[in-house]
Amino acid sequence: MPQIANTYRKILNNVVVRYLLLILLALFLFGLIVTIYGKDPFQALKDMFSFTLGSAYGFSEVIVTMIPILITALAVAIPWRVGLINIGGEGQLYIGAAFATWGALTFPNLPAWILLPLMMLLGMLGGALWAFIPGYLKAIGLVNETIVTLLLNSVGILVVGFLIFSFWHSVTDTNMTVIFVPAALLPTFFGTRIHLGLVIGLVLLALYWFVMKYTRWGLEMRAIGGNPQAARRNGIPFKGYLIIVMCIGGAIAGLAGMVMVSGFHHRLLYNVSQNAGFVGFLISWLAGAQPIGILVMSFVVAIIFTGGTLLQLTIALPYAVINILLAFTLFVVLSRQAFFERKKA
Amino acid sequence: MSLLSIFGVLSGAIFAGTSLLYTTLGEVIHQRSGIVDLGLEGLLLVSAATGFAVTSVSGNPHLGVLAAMLTGGLFNMVFGYLVISRQANQLASGLAMMFFGFGLSALIGNAYVGAMINGLPRILLPGLSGLPLLWTSLFKFDILIYLAIPVAFLVWWLLFRTRWGLGLRAVGENTDAAFASGRNPRLIRYQALFFGGLLAGLGAAHLSIAYTMAWGEYMTGGRGFIAVALVIFSRWQPLQAIVGALLFSGAIAFQLVLQSIGVHISGFLLETIPYVVTILVLIAWGGNRKHSTPASLGRIYYGRE
Amino acid sequence: MIALRGITKSFPGVIANDRVDLDIYGGEVHALLGENGAGKSVLMKILYGFYHADAGQILLNGVPISIASPHDARNARIGMVFQELQLIPVFSVAENIALFLPDLKAVLNRKEIDRRIIEISERYNLKVDPHALVSQISIGEQQKVEILKLLLSDARLLILDEPTRVLAPHEVEALFRVLDNLRKDGYAIILITHKMKDVFECADRISVMRRGRVAGTMLRAEASEDKLVALMFEKALAELKINPKDGADKALEPLLELRGVETRGEGTGTSLKGINLKIYPGEIMGVAGVSGNGQKELCDVVLGMQLCTKGRKFLYGNDLTNHSIQTMRKNGVAFVPENPLSMAAVPFMTVLENMALTNTRRYARRGGFSMDWQAVKAAAEETRKRLGFAVNWYALPKSLSGGQLQRMVIVREMTHAPRLIVASYLTRGLDVQSTIGARQVLVQARESGAGVMLISEDLDELFTLSDRLIVLYGGEIVGEFKPEETDIYKVGHLMTGHEVQHAANS
Repeated sequence: MPQIANTYRKILNNVVVRYLLLILLALFLFGLIVTIYGKDPFQALKDMFSFTLGSAYGFSEVIVTMIPILITALAVAIPWRVGLINIGGEGQLYIGAAFATWGALTFPNLPAWILLPLMMLLGMLGGALWAFIPGYLKAIGLVNETIVTLLLNSVGILVVGFLIFSFWHSVTDTNMTVIFVPAALLPTFFGTRIHLGLVIGLVLLALYWFVMKYTRWGLEMRAIGGNPQAARRNGIPFKGYLIIVMCIGGAIAGLAGMVMVSGFHHRLLYNVSQNAGFVGFLISWLAGAQPIGILVMSFVVAIIFTGGTLLQLTIALPYAVINILLAFTLFVVLSRQAFFERKKA
Repeated sequence: MSLLSIFGVLSGAIFAGTSLLYTTLGEVIHQRSGIVDLGLEGLLLVSAATGFAVTSVSGNPHLGVLAAMLTGGLFNMVFGYLVISRQANQLASGLAMMFFGFGLSALIGNAYVGAMINGLPRILLPGLSGLPLLWTSLFKFDILIYLAIPVAFLVWWLLFRTRWGLGLRAVGENTDAAFASGRNPRLIRYQALFFGGLLAGLGAAHLSIAYTMAWGEYMTGGRGFIAVALVIFSRWQPLQAIVGALLFSGAIAFQLVLQSIGVHISGFLLETIPYVVTILVLIAWGGNRKHSTPASLGRIYYGRE
Repeated sequence: MIALRGITKSFPGVIANDRVDLDIYGGEVHALLGENGAGKSVLMKILYGFYHADAGQILLNGVPISIASPHDARNARIGMVFQELQLIPVFSVAENIALFLPDLKAVLNRKEIDRRIIEISERYNLKVDPHALVSQISIGEQQKVEILKLLLSDARLLILDEPTRVLAPHEVEALFRVLDNLRKDGYAIILITHKMKDVFECADRISVMRRGRVAGTMLRAEASEDKLVALMFEKALAELKINPKDGADKALEPLLELRGVETRGEGTGTSLKGINLKIYPGEIMGVAGVSGNGQKELCDVVLGMQLCTKGRKFLYGNDLTNHSIQTMRKNGVAFVPENPLSMAAVPFMTVLENMALTNTRRYARRGGFSMDWQAVKAAAEETRKRLGFAVNWYALPKSLSGGQLQRMVIVREMTHAPRLIVASYLTRGLDVQSTIGARQVLVQARESGAGVMLISEDLDELFTLSDRLIVLYGGEIVGEFKPEETDIYKVGHLMTGHEVQHAANS
């Protein structure tokens, strides 16, 4: 037994050390870019970390940023376990947000304890519907789900744009709705912007972990993902799982949409997702669809993005530049593909 | 609906669609070699920013176009390194490039937001100078627009009538067979990415130097993804992409025409039509083994054991 | 022209080629005969540069050459047509051939290419339409394209790996005529096959391989069926002592019955025709035949993975034609394939988790929210003890050996007292001990009243274990007997397609 403990320790060290090295490399490259741009890289990095990890406000902002990408990462991870590639998180999020918005706008007089769950259900319904199409098509063997989910992203975004412009926009702005009634807003914690979406996200994460590890369905899903032939020959209902799991992924992304309109924006607007769908895909991929990894990576990415907002103020770096740091982190991981090949089942 | 308004729509579609066509042609080449490039959005932004910046600094739009082209090719070399040499997942790498493009373009373009440049000069089609002003303004196209269709034909010819194109398509269909014929699939894929990147860079150049003559963050507005849809819609055929690009870009212009005859369809919904049609088309050929997706699209090439 | 001297090649656990010497002459068709696993394919792949020999030499016209890749082989003017055709379906015939032309110009001159294709194809009667898409032409025509590819890239030695397997009889005729013409023009042709018909109609020289060695070489004039079969199958029956078989109780209902079952083969798969068989409780039915003659299809039909286009399937007397595999499983049908990692085990789940796959419902508790791993383990333990295996419950299949994997699968399949076991090449690639263990399990199952369908290419195994034996050839059952009534040579004849009176059907 002590042998095993030793090897575990070695692996842990190896993994931790490598992660650290990779992150350092990414930071170094980022610093290089900042320097080329003419700003002080050390100041930039120092500002970034002291804000996000050093101040209460900064930290709370990190959590706020983390919430939607944590949820969308799950929306990608769950279908991943049965071998499906769900790159349609954006579209599913948008449609879910639209469904939830309909609920908020149509029932402004309901009390919060009815309205909020209703909106959650609506959000999940919308996302699930949007994911059903690619799921069904894949199960009957007609079309690859990657392409369909990708295309439906654009359609989903446009549909929401249509709904806002034609029906739902507020009197003052044509590209967003009115602010939702208080009953439709997810409550926040302690005066920060951290909303109940965090709880939702963590609960989903825990459920994911539990289902995959302990339940019968998790077992069957892992079998399908690990060896579809073997799963079929053992009598596991293959097609059924494909459709249902895809819908679950969509539902979760739709829930992320609800969370964004209800907890973050407090209204429906054109850029409701802020690319959460794609970032979620990347996080899930980085984490190998493993629960702990998803939690960690969404936190790390949230730090990057939040830090970027600050840098915009302190050293007049355009916000978009923070995307470079994200990209470098990804490059570094992508180049080490072999190492990050994690077990799927 | 007057003749003027019809031509107006056509002209609008041509203007808007040119950059889309170039980008799509580039992606056709990528996908024919078996690579899905989701990073087009980033490539377009960086090329557009670079082209704009160079034009602004040098005062010469043609130089800017060249710069944008080269930027596109080089941008894709980074992508190529990831997906070919490091054998990374194409989707994730593409998205990473997209984010990289968001950031890099913002850096490059930051100093030039709001700058005015000499755009590409517009030349009237010869023989039309006798028409009234309203008409001529519709048909004054810049050189990139004139070149767009010839370039599409060039791409077609390259893919289907040359040895290089044959090898490239073989890599995209059956990489092992291509290898068995003595070719180097990795090298061919790099070439595809570079050449396709040049084309997409041209598309970006047209966007910032000729069409809008401005720079703003995220100005490409999803054209990278539209191009991916358009590639599928045109069944990976360069010539069909011409029609597709016109259709995809004409949606907005078409909306105005419809409005003028009293039909109000939201521009948003019109814009969804190309995607929906693409999905329907995919379903229609879905069971058909003859459908034209390059068979090795998206597959990582690991080399011979 | 080409000589192979002392070629030796081993893979982990098996010697594929053992000091092989072979001479190939121009203007001849040289048939390489042998059953599966004899080493024919490996030898040819070495010649074509796909594998590297561990030892030995290849000589071209007396001069040693090195062939490290297909590129070198092609330079040496050697070409090979594989069993899985390597054409690109969406390309036209001309494009496929052009891809492999060594002197292709930068700008394709399509007329020129067409002309060359037509010229050669007319010369050797390999007519194809250069503009047709490969996906639209028949398999026979695709094969012609493959041969044209070789001819147009200047090969002088053509290696054809089991070409007649996918051809209809008249296409086989056409192929032989083509080979004849090529031979007259001085080409050297190596024909890998397991069919007697091919050999006698076509070959000038015959080499028989068995277990990695050349068992004998002779000219066609000297050869006869019996001689060849003797060389292919000469084996003393193994010393494995198996318990005396008590006859299957035919008074009982058959467990499995197939009546007139036919299936449609996909692509290069084999179609089953007119399959009639019955398996009774307490018997092992052996299915002999060279792989690729319908075994996979038979297995899949029984399991419910493939639909019958005609005919009916009865399980325990109930008509379950075209019912899904889930129904089969629920009714106690078990499946043990070769190579567990491809079809039976999930590599990244522990062995224990793999155990639960066949019957997750039984072990689910609280509506599926948790799995009763204790019960899984207990049931599997019990089976394990009963079978006498050692299994590590927490290992990951990807790190286990073939034998350990097979034991794991066997434990799982045997745990729920299956009534019908479909075993498909289950001892392929296994070490001796695992093989014995697996076979004993089958015998035990038989003793306890289950029925077994044992598909195997190992005649030893079939003869020692089966109560009854059928032979599959070309998707049909060409013979059915009890092992005592026949011998290896008769079965060998049937496996290679020779017409033999078969024993009356039961």
